Amino acid sequence: MSGLVDLLLAPFAYSFMVRGLLAVIMVGIVCAVIGTYVVLRGMAFLGDALAHAILPGIAVGYLLGNGSQGALFWWGLLAAILTALGIGAVSKRARIKEDTAIGILFAGMFALGIALISTTRSYAVDLAHFLFGDVLGVSPADLLLTALFGGAILLVVALLYKEFLVLSFDPILAATLRLPASMLHYLLLLLIAVAIVVSLQTVGVALMVAMLVTPAATAYLLARRLLPMMLLAAAIGALSGVIGLYVSYYAGVASGAAIVLVCTALFLLALLFAPRQGMAWTWLRRLAQIIAR
Amino acid sequence: MTSKRKRYSRSAKSARHEADAPILDVAGLGVEYDGQIALDHVSFRLVRGEQIAVVGPNGAGKSTLFKAIAGVLQPTRGRIQVAGHQPGRHICIAYVPQHSRTDQTFPVNVADVVMMGRIGKLGWLRHPRSRDWEYVDHCIETVGLTDLVRRQIGELSGGQQQRMFIARALAQEAELMLMDEPLTGLDVTAQEKVIEVLEALRPHGVTVLVATHDLNLAARQFDRVMLLNKEMIGFGKPDEALTTERLRLAYGEHLQLIHIDERTIVVSDTCCEGGVK
Repeated sequence: MSGLVDLLLAPFAYSFMVRGLLAVIMVGIVCAVIGTYVVLRGMAFLGDALAHAILPGIAVGYLLGNGSQGALFWWGLLAAILTALGIGAVSKRARIKEDTAIGILFAGMFALGIALISTTRSYAVDLAHFLFGDVLGVSPADLLLTALFGGAILLVVALLYKEFLVLSFDPILAATLRLPASMLHYLLLLLIAVAIVVSLQTVGVALMVAMLVTPAATAYLLARRLLPMMLLAAAIGALSGVIGLYVSYYAGVASGAAIVLVCTALFLLALLFAPRQGMAWTWLRRLAQIIAR
Repeated sequence: MTSKRKRYSRSAKSARHEADAPILDVAGLGVEYDGQIALDHVSFRLVRGEQIAVVGPNGAGKSTLFKAIAGVLQPTRGRIQVAGHQPGRHICIAYVPQHSRTDQTFPVNVADVVMMGRIGKLGWLRHPRSRDWEYVDHCIETVGLTDLVRRQIGELSGGQQQRMFIARALAQEAELMLMDEPLTGLDVTAQEKVIEVLEALRPHGVTVLVATHDLNLAARQFDRVMLLNKEMIGFGKPDEALTTERLRLAYGEHLQLIHIDERTIVVSDTCCEGGVK
């Protein structure tokens, strides 16, 4: 028994592991809560695109800020906000479909980011860091920014709970109730953008969409109302982060990848064994029928 | 408390009603999409509490008319007034969608959906309280869904969903209810239940506009009938609006009129029954 406790506590003899633990819990919760709307509104591609499109912002912050984390954060945030507004504007006005607009902006911004980073000498290492994150490199200042902005996101989601619900479920009702639909849509994009930027250090650009979508999708399979879905998604997100951190520590796997793999495993479990709708039950029922015959 | 409530309430900002104005006054309405005329020269007035059927072939502009009245869609020409004001500022209009247009897997139950109707009255930054939930329960009772309050919406039949959306319109305290083909795709029993609920709305003084394919129902159940095919072809008591001549004008070849002795039998637009478009 004490062996297990030692095994669980051992990683946290290092202060960077404690900071990592706090970071994955906060990021897991914030991404999963805002990710609930990403899943319900079918914005997964947009979330992925937003995550990739902040790369040039990070690159500029990196080149100008001499490696300071704060500069990365603010430039990343600026790029995310500009992209969120850009996608909204292009898909609204131009005569192209939204996913095409997203594809164009996302690839263009991502390429710009890679081009900028490729001008540095330590190109490959830097790029890998931004793409896949490094939860063990989280600084106390990063933690503070994550807590502040993550808290702000949760507050806005709580305050506008019923408005976002109506907007997602029935846009025509939102219009007849005179909700400012496009303002709320942009606000949601902005919240997603901020969530991405605060999670950057933990999971990186390339795997970000998993933090937004996978815990929320798992909760979607298990919950029947929005609030339970959100709370469950938050719990799954945080739990995945913690388990992923242990896997990373003991198996020597990259932390971002380990967290996302845990998220995916939990999703597959829910897909198979969700009460009533789990695929395993359908198969069992079919098998029972065959045997009965 | 009351003054504070009023300050935050969206309804406080919405248009006041003029008591003597007709609940709905449409004059010379025209709507175009990309230069294509969807609706033109539509003018009519409704009295409070009337129940109107809007009939016409597919693409006649029924949905367009409703969306323009709801203020979701900007008319190209003409004027719409709801109780003497532009529709754009009214939250007293409820648009009841076709049930096939809603996301069946969305994580909400019947009470959640009906509560959505209350948020206009609640206003910003307020969460529903127990008296709001009581109001919601009352609306659900009116449409006879009390036993299903906690059901996730995907577990309801089409007719039950229609009644749920009517309850939502009641929760909204809507005075003008626009129902886009509420009976399409429902079996006869479910249709009758929805019609019963419409009857139950009469004492509430709610004005109801129902788009339907069912000419017989339109003639039997509604105070007045509007015959639409891009333009308004007839509007009045069923026997005035649905004359052989006008029906032919509206439906052309999609309608068969069978004359037996003095009676006319209408065989309508059968290609569109069951919600297939």
